[in-house]
Amino acid sequence: MAEQQPSSAAQAPRRLLERLPSISVLGPFVALLLAVIFFSIQSDRFLSGQNFSLILQQVLVVGVLAIGQTLVILTGGIDLSVGFVMALGTMVMSKFAVELGLPPLLAILCGVVVTTGFGLLNGLLITRIRLPPFIVTLGTMNIAFALTQIYSKAQTVTGLPDALLFWGNTFRLGQTVITYGVVLMIALYLLMWFLLSETAPGRHLYAVGNNPEAARLMGIPTQRVLLLTYTIAGFFYGIAGWLLISRTSVGDPNAGQTENLETITAVVLGGTSLFGGRGMILGTLLGAIIVGVFRNGLTLIGVSSVYQVLITGILVILAVTADQLSKRRS
Amino acid sequence: MRKSTGIVAALALAGLALTALSSVVAQNQNKQPFIGLITKTESNPFFVKMKEGASKEAARLGAKFISAAGKTDGDNAGQVAAIENMVAAGVNTILITPSDAKAIVPAIKKAREAGVQVIALDSPTDPEDAVDALFATNNYQAGVLIGEYAAALMKGKKPVIATLDLFPGHPVGAQRHNGFLQGFGLQSFEADSNELAKPAEVVCMADTYGDQAKGQTAMENCLQKNPNINLVYTINEPAAAGAYQALKAAGKEKSVIIVSVDGGCEGVRNVDRGVIAATSQQYPLKMAALGVAAGVKYAKTGVKARGYVDTGVTLIAKQPVPGVSSKDVKYGLANCWGN
Repeated sequence: MAEQQPSSAAQAPRRLLERLPSISVLGPFVALLLAVIFFSIQSDRFLSGQNFSLILQQVLVVGVLAIGQTLVILTGGIDLSVGFVMALGTMVMSKFAVELGLPPLLAILCGVVVTTGFGLLNGLLITRIRLPPFIVTLGTMNIAFALTQIYSKAQTVTGLPDALLFWGNTFRLGQTVITYGVVLMIALYLLMWFLLSETAPGRHLYAVGNNPEAARLMGIPTQRVLLLTYTIAGFFYGIAGWLLISRTSVGDPNAGQTENLETITAVVLGGTSLFGGRGMILGTLLGAIIVGVFRNGLTLIGVSSVYQVLITGILVILAVTADQLSKRRS
Repeated sequence: MRKSTGIVAALALAGLALTALSSVVAQNQNKQPFIGLITKTESNPFFVKMKEGASKEAARLGAKFISAAGKTDGDNAGQVAAIENMVAAGVNTILITPSDAKAIVPAIKKAREAGVQVIALDSPTDPEDAVDALFATNNYQAGVLIGEYAAALMKGKKPVIATLDLFPGHPVGAQRHNGFLQGFGLQSFEADSNELAKPAEVVCMADTYGDQAKGQTAMENCLQKNPNINLVYTINEPAAAGAYQALKAAGKEKSVIIVSVDGGCEGVRNVDRGVIAATSQQYPLKMAALGVAAGVKYAKTGVKARGYVDTGVTLIAKQPVPGVSSKDVKYGLANCWGN
């Protein structure tokens, strides 16, 4: 994206072509719009406030996880531990509250501390021992999964206190019933968008992703930025875990199995470059919503959900292609 | 930040436009029976057959039919989303094979509160009355049948048993396992237990996730632990095929008896080939047909299905043994599912 390159932004006046958003930014919009139009024609149940609220509820866990994943990918890294770290957090929250009888808010805090701790661990291994993120998070993914299974004995936890279910509460906006979780997700995205685009630490994150050596020479503490990024990502996995519990009303030890790849899908569909340094956090939200729209829409029109997987695969390839093309152009 | 601001504005505009459009679209209520089927995965042949059966039966009875599935076995969130989407689509009846017996319950509750009849197929929910009805194999009985068969076949020999199970905490895995031990005449748990019994005769227990490759690994490890194993219980036929591979590699395939549960076509052929001594056959098509019929009835009369309906289980064996009733391979192939 051009705004990450101050030198080109300074060349005024810019030509019209350069002013147009790149295809990797426009792509997800076009895909979403086409999908919405298609499903609206195919099903008279698709186009309603209630149905859109439902889609947002269905994407919010992956959506909030993907905030963490976006930060990590913007630095040029990747986090494979996302889903299982979240699952461990949910088991800590639900078991601490139900079986240890801790005050619910304290139990939730413990869960978030555990996931943030895993983020910190990822960050430490990557910055201090200089291990590749792919390998580090592959390891912590397995560790988190095993700890979840051992700690929960593969048993689902039910009978949760209200505080754990808070984000599932609803309010009405006209005819539409919306959960607090959806509001939280949108608020988190707006907050991160502001922090990334308008503050110095946000700029540093892009700089580290673009060219770590140049960033270091400019005086940016690259290692500290990386450490902080993975830790914050871990924090978001904890919040996502709380949202998951609120959504399903249970502590589920088998959660998190598919979320790793779903977050990467959302990030890529949203136009963020897997090579780091280029992309936008709001695009990730769009990416997550695109996947949700296909799952919902195909069910409504009675098409097997395998087609959702097929379409997602095609869109991912298109998104990465668009990224490559715009990279070559710039 | 011109571009990002633009995108925010576009998002807001799109949202407004959609809300405006949505109020224009009329909701037309359809009186035609509308049935949704949610399976654990799209790829397991058992569920493929169930879906085919339900789809055909729905077409025959003039009902509208849709289906969805989790991404993997155990994908509760995927099944929750599927339930919500189907309620949004306006189904009157949801047929579901729950991946997680407990975790799916709140979503089912919401659907039922919205006036949808929910029937569990194949696997129960926990608690069982979280759904209107359950159409399923009696898995404990399926285990008892192969246990009795194995006991008759092993008469006079001291059993050294390996059990290749499903995965921890799954009721179907526990019921088949405990039923097998009960049928064999060993110490076991009752049908409602989620725990796996382990009498002294069972020298090795391993999880297979119902998968052939993991079944093979499990059997290899069990043989390492105790080379004298002479009877292998397997949760399903892919696990049995994996166990056979391991036994063959160890040169023991002739002397060890494998029994299993499911009755898929490949499994029945393996009974014919002598890979599996006997298997308990279950009937996904029947579950599907009963479920669709109940859905049509509910749409037309408002009467819901209730309670547990046993869809039956039959022992398929190439070589019958005295005292245990079984059907031959020909019967098994005529009634099997899958390819």
